[in-house]
Amino acid sequence: MAMNGNGKALDANSLPVKEYDGIIIGGGGSGLMSSLQLAQSGMNTAVISKVFPTRSHTVSAQGGITCAIASADPNDDWRWHMYDTVKGSDFIGDQDSIEYMCQEGPATVFELENMGLPFSRTEEGKIYQRAFGGQSKDYGKGGQAERTCAAADRTGHALLHTLYQANVKAGTNFLSEWFAVDLVLNSENQATGVIAFEIESGEAYFLKAKATVLATGGAGRIYKSTTNALINTGDGTGMALRAGLAVQDMEMWQFHPTGIHGAGTLVTEGCRGEGGYLINKDGERFMERYAPNAKDLASRDVVARSMMLEIIEGRGCGPEADHCFLKLDHLGADLLHKRLPGITELSKTFAGIDPAEHPIPVVPTCHYAMGGIPTNVNGQVITQKADGSDSLVEGLYAAGEAACVSVHGGNRLGGNSLLDLVVFGRSAGLHIEESFKQGIDIKDPSKEDINKALRNINRVNISSDGENASVIKKDLQEIMQTSFGVFRREDNMESGIKVIEEIRARAESLHLADKSSRFNTARIEALELLNLLEVAEATAISANERKESRGAHSRDDFPDRDDENWLKHSIYFKGNKEISKRDVNFRPKIVQAFQPFARTY
Amino acid sequence: MNSIATEQISTLKISIYRYDPDTGNKPFMQEMDIDIPSDKDIMVLDALHLAKEQDPSISFRRSCREGVCGSDGMNINGKNGLGCITPLSEVVKKNKLEIRPLPGLPVVKDLIVDMTQFVDQYKKIRPYLISDKEDNGKEIPQTVEDRDKLDGLYECILCGCCSTACPSFWWNPDKFLGPAALLQAYRFISDSRDTAREERLDQLEDAFSVFRCHGIMNCVSVCPKGLNPTKAINEIKKMLVKRAL
Repeated sequence: MAMNGNGKALDANSLPVKEYDGIIIGGGGSGLMSSLQLAQSGMNTAVISKVFPTRSHTVSAQGGITCAIASADPNDDWRWHMYDTVKGSDFIGDQDSIEYMCQEGPATVFELENMGLPFSRTEEGKIYQRAFGGQSKDYGKGGQAERTCAAADRTGHALLHTLYQANVKAGTNFLSEWFAVDLVLNSENQATGVIAFEIESGEAYFLKAKATVLATGGAGRIYKSTTNALINTGDGTGMALRAGLAVQDMEMWQFHPTGIHGAGTLVTEGCRGEGGYLINKDGERFMERYAPNAKDLASRDVVARSMMLEIIEGRGCGPEADHCFLKLDHLGADLLHKRLPGITELSKTFAGIDPAEHPIPVVPTCHYAMGGIPTNVNGQVITQKADGSDSLVEGLYAAGEAACVSVHGGNRLGGNSLLDLVVFGRSAGLHIEESFKQGIDIKDPSKEDINKALRNINRVNISSDGENASVIKKDLQEIMQTSFGVFRREDNMESGIKVIEEIRARAESLHLADKSSRFNTARIEALELLNLLEVAEATAISANERKESRGAHSRDDFPDRDDENWLKHSIYFKGNKEISKRDVNFRPKIVQAFQPFARTY
Repeated sequence: MNSIATEQISTLKISIYRYDPDTGNKPFMQEMDIDIPSDKDIMVLDALHLAKEQDPSISFRRSCREGVCGSDGMNINGKNGLGCITPLSEVVKKNKLEIRPLPGLPVVKDLIVDMTQFVDQYKKIRPYLISDKEDNGKEIPQTVEDRDKLDGLYECILCGCCSTACPSFWWNPDKFLGPAALLQAYRFISDSRDTAREERLDQLEDAFSVFRCHGIMNCVSVCPKGLNPTKAINEIKKMLVKRAL
């Protein structure tokens, strides 16, 4: 046994080993889709999740899963969805990945329905689809599309529970409430598994595997105000960075236009898809000025910026003039009850208002990381060699929000995250299955390799003096909110980066006062802070380096898109803290690539 | 948690159940004073976070903080509920707030209970669609009316508030399925796409699985999602009785 506790360090010599064919870290949508594929293949796999799987953040997705299933419009075409997604990404989404997602999507959505997902229905008994932002017919020429498949406004809940249920049926092996600490790479830079501990007992293990999937979700908790769950601390991204791997497009954070003011909880874009709209303090539907065609259904980056401008220019609502209103009362209580019951509940709980009678106070709120661990369409993790070329990290996969397969580029369209996680969760599983058939050759790690992966947790376990993690975390969230929000500027970002450096120094000597073994949530929060810090620093440095405005990355000092220099992914390593560039994929297999054009809605 | 920016502060007496079996000490109630804003309402979970700032060793589960993930079921001033969507104004009496773990399940530590029995009962009802329809690469059609039958059932978040408020579940947690599992049993029985209704009912036809429900309705009064497990259980009972006649 190797216990976390009593101020002692863990050591490779006494660390028990559990061996699997494949392990999946994360029990949200992408992890459960990977695990379903692998359970059905008969491989010896395990899902490690720091929470019981249905507590994962996928459960909070509301509006739906965007996919051209041609239910609302029999002529709908996945190529139109692809066009919208490429345009939405501000042209740094990889077109091979986007093509794969949009084309594979319909079969996957129908499969989820067949598993039992309780989609809302049309009068013809088909899956109900609603309008979402950035959607068009006929390559932007045919007006607004309705392409987001929905289970009322609880699609994420319905999807995650359905996937969990399918995994129960398939006999998936869950290590529920286990915390993954760090990846173990061998001398050839192959992934050999992960250090993890059972939260209840505090017992640590080396979980050895020939394939490891990082499905750890987002990291919205780097910001003070976020729609994200408290568990969204970028654990996989932190692990990848500490293992010396690359991360991509970390400056690209989506601010969702409609987080409830004060609470940060999400109000779905589906509200606007169902006919709701934003107003300023004068009651003006201001999106008509910013996006004359799409209006409130312009893409999220555009709407979020428009709202911030309204607030900055003094037309915000409320006593502090610091938010806007989302008006839904004209839709009627019946429609709200049928299509938007969840947000009705949330508005009552967190804003104290009934949207059937009063508008909801909303403000752009950190919501989603477009960036993450770079992968190809098979979920295989990519890192960058010194000469700037790509290389695969053998044995390592990533999927879902933790990954950057880059279907979202500079800005994700609503409803594309659920599609991303099921399509690429599946594709990672398929690739692992296929690789096993052909034989995987992963060299065992040495004792030193394992001890290297124990360094971080040992630092926390033996800490004897310093600050409490929760204090440091607050300061980190504060500076990210101030310096790396919707609008960014060099002087502000540079001072922010300095503050983050100071915070890193404080975090180096953080103190875990409670050294107990059993269900020690203070230990977990300390380890999570170290992950948040990696993600925050990667975000800050990447944001300062991308000297242009594209997608969600908007700079006062570089207001234009610069295709000549920045039609590129940014790549960041923890080691030298420098940014390099990586080519965007313009080579879809079936359709012709969409070339960049000025993006208006 | 976001820090609370406010001018007016008042003090709340919070009493939290503490237990770590590793220490060999008995469970005890830890009393603390915490500063809370007096000009706005906060949630029980926010109050717990404030307590944890004073004593980081207090353990409880939490994730979404918006009542969707089901992590933070707990017993709040005597009634089960979710910490994250229960405002202090609703539960605090005489400026006191007492928080205990969900009753009836083994305590792992502090407010964290062992959910194994609860999840095992859920798994027993085969909580997945069983369909003998051939996969044709399309959705299984379902009318709006048939889909409406799932409303009030599929929204369960598996927080455990209902089953752990149920005396029948306390007595027979291994044999009586409990309100949460039975609500899901009824969710699949009611699904027009499911073709295993008779097998599902067969599985429930014994003296304990369903019939230990005595209609006490604690489950209904505590469900944070406003669902009605007793009604679902009664529907199952009716189906079983009808079949037997």
